[in-house]
Amino acid sequence: MSDPGAKGPALLSPLRELGRAVLFLATALAHMRLTRLQIAETLRQIYFAGVRSLVIIVTCGFFVGLVLTLQTYDTLTRFGAGDAVSTVLALSLFRELGPVLTAILFAGRAGTSITAEIGLMRATEQLDALELMAIDPLERIVQPRLIGGLIAVPALVLVFNMTALLGGVVFAVALMGVDPGTFWGNMQNTVELGRDFGHGMLKAVAFGAIAAWLAVYHGWSARPTSEGVALATTQTVITTAIAVLILDFVLSAFML
Amino acid sequence: MTDDSRESPPIRLRDITLTLGGRVILENLNLELPAGKVTAVMGPSGAGKTTVLRLVTGQLKPDAGEVWIGDDRVDQLDARALNRLRRRMGVLLQNGALLTDLTCFDNVALPLREHTDLPESLIRRLVLLKLQTVGLRGAAKMYPRELSGGMNRRVATARAMALDPDVMLYDEPFAGLDPISLGVSLRLIRDISQALDTTSVVITHDVGEVRHFADHCCIISDRKIVAQGPPDELAGSDHALVQQFLKGLADGPVPFHYPAPGLAEDLLEPRQ
Repeated sequence: MSDPGAKGPALLSPLRELGRAVLFLATALAHMRLTRLQIAETLRQIYFAGVRSLVIIVTCGFFVGLVLTLQTYDTLTRFGAGDAVSTVLALSLFRELGPVLTAILFAGRAGTSITAEIGLMRATEQLDALELMAIDPLERIVQPRLIGGLIAVPALVLVFNMTALLGGVVFAVALMGVDPGTFWGNMQNTVELGRDFGHGMLKAVAFGAIAAWLAVYHGWSARPTSEGVALATTQTVITTAIAVLILDFVLSAFML
Repeated sequence: MTDDSRESPPIRLRDITLTLGGRVILENLNLELPAGKVTAVMGPSGAGKTTVLRLVTGQLKPDAGEVWIGDDRVDQLDARALNRLRRRMGVLLQNGALLTDLTCFDNVALPLREHTDLPESLIRRLVLLKLQTVGLRGAAKMYPRELSGGMNRRVATARAMALDPDVMLYDEPFAGLDPISLGVSLRLIRDISQALDTTSVVITHDVGEVRHFADHCCIISDRKIVAQGPPDELAGSDHALVQQFLKGLADGPVPFHYPAPGLAEDLLEPRQ
């Protein structure tokens, strides 16, 4: 069928795509159903999207903690405020870096995998086969991956934050000789559970939803060819990164 | 599951016209697929054979005309009714389309788990029996990637008949099969049709094998049915296209060359 909306100013193209993505999400949400099979499949997806992303999250988290502490400590000591490194580290991680970097890493590791999987399922007629068995592919394929991403990303943010703090402790306490009591004490005194940690986790949930939504959407709408699937996986990373950064600014503006 | 009182339904397409992408695929097509028989739908590539199958499954709706399976008018069913009808249908897609993240066992069990409340012990027995029918009980724990293309299609056949359907639809089941797999597939189609008393539709190019499995044949070309009847009767047809198709002639009503300007004109035209 010819797409009546296919022509028009190039500026409208991203808007049209956004409209399609929103429509897709609305349809997927309308098809939500919680059965024993769905729960089992969702747990499997949490394992694939979450547990299997642990290596990249832990590695990146640790080195982000190291480098962030290195840069911050170097700058703060020029002003004689080296002891405040743990405060800066914790606030940066909890409020911004943890949720944002985790969501982008999730898009690169699990999001692309979800997109490629669904795109290939379309290309190899697996989605058609489900429909022909009277099994709703939105329910069987999309829903578990959406919920899986929504749960996995906040959990991964926690892991990212913990390993980044560990990296910070290793650099500041073990290498630079900052007093451990001062390090943890300053952090405890300045970081607020609700305002700093809580807002960061709210962002994590929002980013998880965005990352999972865009991953399944790009897979679902991929052209059923190898080029189509390749393009869709690239789009997943790009659109997720852009959407997460824009949403991060919006949420930060409201939360501060 | 099987209802002993049920009867396999006939499939009827009446005055079907369908346009896709601005191109008329089918025009005033009329087709009657008899109940309980195996019908082969043949025709040149791009003639609309798979489109007919997609009309029967309700994946496509015609611009005009009616599609009937028994007393159900497929093109007017809502999503819920269409799903109910699809539970009575088994469809074998061209490459099998097994879910690659599930084992053969779980693929065949999928429709049973989704659409019945049977206990897992009974599902296990049913799945093993279905796999036994297609000769792949021993491959139950294997993944589709570990099997050949022909074996994948046999597992997909087992999955298609998991709910003992009234209608079985096969899309190019013989494409790319070696002679042994071809023989196995031919026997399976006949056996399944007889055992389940289904109305079976086989989309195929395989002219040579049609008489071994089909009770009825039809040839689609030029957007409509150009010939139909028992395989032997069709072989005697004097229709030019039927003869070209059955004898595999390179040129005829279906031209060898895609429409183009004259060769000399094309070769001598200065490069632009």
